[in-house]
Amino acid sequence: MKRDGKKIIFEKESDLPPNAMSLGTTEFNETGSWRNERPVVDKAKCISCGICWKYCPDMSIKEDSEGKAEIDYVFCKGCGICAAECPVKAITMIEEEK
Amino acid sequence: MKYSIPQKELMNPGHLACQGCGGALSLRLVLKTLGENTILTFPACCWSVIDGPFPYSSVKVPLFHTAFETAAITAAGIKAGAKKVEKEYVNAVAWAGDGGTYDIGIQALSGAAERNDDIFYFVYDNEAYMNTGVQRSSATPKGAWTTTTPTTFPKAEFKKDLDAIVAAHYVPYQATASPSYPEDLTKKLEKAVKIRGFKFFHILAPCPPGWKTNPEDTIKLGKLAVESGIFPLYEIENGEKYTINMPSPKKDLKPVNEYLTKQGRFRHLKEDDVKTIQEYVNKRWEKLKRLAGV
Repeated sequence: MKRDGKKIIFEKESDLPPNAMSLGTTEFNETGSWRNERPVVDKAKCISCGICWKYCPDMSIKEDSEGKAEIDYVFCKGCGICAAECPVKAITMIEEEK
Repeated sequence: MKYSIPQKELMNPGHLACQGCGGALSLRLVLKTLGENTILTFPACCWSVIDGPFPYSSVKVPLFHTAFETAAITAAGIKAGAKKVEKEYVNAVAWAGDGGTYDIGIQALSGAAERNDDIFYFVYDNEAYMNTGVQRSSATPKGAWTTTTPTTFPKAEFKKDLDAIVAAHYVPYQATASPSYPEDLTKKLEKAVKIRGFKFFHILAPCPPGWKTNPEDTIKLGKLAVESGIFPLYEIENGEKYTINMPSPKKDLKPVNEYLTKQGRFRHLKEDDVKTIQEYVNKRWEKLKRLAGV
């Protein structure tokens, strides 16, 4: 068994574990590439209410050093829940560019 | 940031749920309260896929993939095993979709409820077999489109009243919850953790691809379902004591129209159909108020 970052590679059949068990987390799967629109936080408007964090299905809202919302673009799938639920409209969805 | 629910995260990002998935959000919120001493059981459902391919997992607790009809009984077996090795504090959790609960898993659910096994049973109800491409289940509401009930013949029957079926087993605790109200869900879980015996949770999980909605409307739809009385939040203790949490029994309900028009699966409905649904919702709401004594 080899590890390439967070990915696990089995080279031979004998490398496989004896039963179906998990050996790593899905964090190798950078779902940010699914995104059509990216949420952008206007930190001047953010009131640190934590509503976007509470409703994010992808654990992609983090807290920055000032306690404001920060988005983890590696995993954010761009569903837009944070922008729709923000009570002060501090998050806007901007089309992703290639 | 203000944290109104536990800050601890027991799920990893990178899971395979669709954008705006209500089911993924529900398990995230549930694990926050249940904590690390939890063993999950998944029958065939969306979560069999969301969790990720072998040998990866997207939850930080042990989990067991099992056959479609056996979610409740597998969890009961895990709890019995945990007792044997003196780890009675382990929360054995069955986490099933509506197909694996309403249709296929109902005998195992009924058996575990009757024996009063000390487990949690969660049904995250997205109102059809979404994982296999939107086929009708007995949880699909009347008038909804699915691939097996096309718009020319939308589902003719009303949704099965599973909560009443479970209540007929007189289980110690059961509740309905929604990922749109995380504080309410957390409060109910904190209460349930202290109870020995069968605990049943019914969670309405909006599904953007299956309901034909925008992913950003997931939370709004959950709230509208509650406010319009389609999915009221309530608790039942010992099958008898009903408590309505939301919406307030003293206020009027929102019309169902707002909830229905947001969803593509109800787009073909005519005025008469909406009226039938509204009458049914009102009737159910009056019945629930009567049971709760308000």
